[in-house]
Amino acid sequence: MTMSLEVGGLMKTFGGREVLRGIDVRLSPGEIFSIVGPSGAGKTTFLRCVGFLTTPDCGSVRYDGAAAPADPTALLNLRRRIGMVAQNPFLFRGTVAFNVSYGLCVRDVEGPALKEGTAKGLESVGLQGLAEAKASGVSAGEAQRVAFARAIVVRPDLLLLDEFTANLDPTNVNILEAAVREYNRQTGATIVLVTHNMFQAKRLAHRVALLLDGRIVEVGPVKEFFESPQDPRTLAFVRGEFAY
Amino acid sequence: MAGDIAGITLLSLLISGTSTLVATLIAVPLGTFLGLREIGSARLLRTILFTLYGLPPVLAGLLVYLLLSRPGPLGFLGLIYTPLGMVFAQTLVVTPIILGITTSVVASVERRVKETAFVLGADARQLQVTVIKEAAAGVLTAVMVGFGRAISEVGAVYIVGGAIPGKTQVLTTTIITDIQQAQNEHAVALGVILLVLGGLVYYLLYRLQEKTLP
Repeated sequence: MTMSLEVGGLMKTFGGREVLRGIDVRLSPGEIFSIVGPSGAGKTTFLRCVGFLTTPDCGSVRYDGAAAPADPTALLNLRRRIGMVAQNPFLFRGTVAFNVSYGLCVRDVEGPALKEGTAKGLESVGLQGLAEAKASGVSAGEAQRVAFARAIVVRPDLLLLDEFTANLDPTNVNILEAAVREYNRQTGATIVLVTHNMFQAKRLAHRVALLLDGRIVEVGPVKEFFESPQDPRTLAFVRGEFAY
Repeated sequence: MAGDIAGITLLSLLISGTSTLVATLIAVPLGTFLGLREIGSARLLRTILFTLYGLPPVLAGLLVYLLLSRPGPLGFLGLIYTPLGMVFAQTLVVTPIILGITTSVVASVERRVKETAFVLGADARQLQVTVIKEAAAGVLTAVMVGFGRAISEVGAVYIVGGAIPGKTQVLTTTIITDIQQAQNEHAVALGVILLVLGGLVYYLLYRLQEKTLP
């Protein structure tokens, strides 16, 4: 129920712009690792490369010590161990329950197991009462909670969260952050949290990295990162004095 | 008179409905296939399809007339001046419309839907099914537009059908012949039927579309 992640020399260029300039990072199984940095630093591209949504130009990503397999079936099995929640999630047509159950359905889960799994997912984000509501009718905060429930209902070993509480009200932020902690506690899943909210990184992460212009400037345990950063750019960032 | 109007109305519905159905069966699977692909040849095909949107029905009628008339390559089928020939002509007019809209709709929803389904663990087939479901409302719109074009179309069915009384007369072509014969009241009656019929079919399709909307 957990996964190690090793990323080496990851590079990605879009239209001549180097978005990732050689990312090296290693995540231990079960840790919550936060990547902070300003907009455009390459945080989302990094997550997309790890989650197979973007193909890096060069570099390696190793999952539990192994590169992604070439065999389509093995690759699908690996993909199914990774979950992702985007900043602006897309909800499918249909009900909230349908959205939450989607991952289970594509894994051929049926009958009572499907019902139970969906109910647990909804419960994890406090949306039991909205099961039969139309997904298009829920608020932005509820939509993000649906997206989170949808991602964890299949118990991914590696969970990628991309600015998953950006622009949400404090109540929804609290609910989602509690759900992240609980999921990590229950399953021991490895979690990568991309955010530009330093306070959220402080509240949730075990370790934090600062990403600037496609490079990791500094990585450290959360306390040291925020209280005694080594790099002057990290110091400026945590003090809110970083100009970009 | 009443029987005559009922027969004309029924034939109009039959020809437009059949041609829309045939066009849908061709265009929806093909449009989905094209909309899901980002390769260069698919883009080129999409461009050609968009230009076919503007295919003048009279030209389509002429083309089908040349194909189906006695000396034409398909003349041996004996379809000229028959309802089946008219279906052939209308299908030619309607197919590019449904195909083009379906392709656009599928292509426009594809990325976000596909990425969401992908990160949730869908395989290639499950991805395609999800995309088609998400595009259902747009595809229904394509069918509605196609039927609208078919029921109101006059050029192609006039050339291929010939507006033969009791055999190939449909609402639109009969309105033209009525006006030519100064039977304005009859023409107005058919015009009202055409309006009500179009409105009714659109209303039913709209209700169906509403059910597929998020």
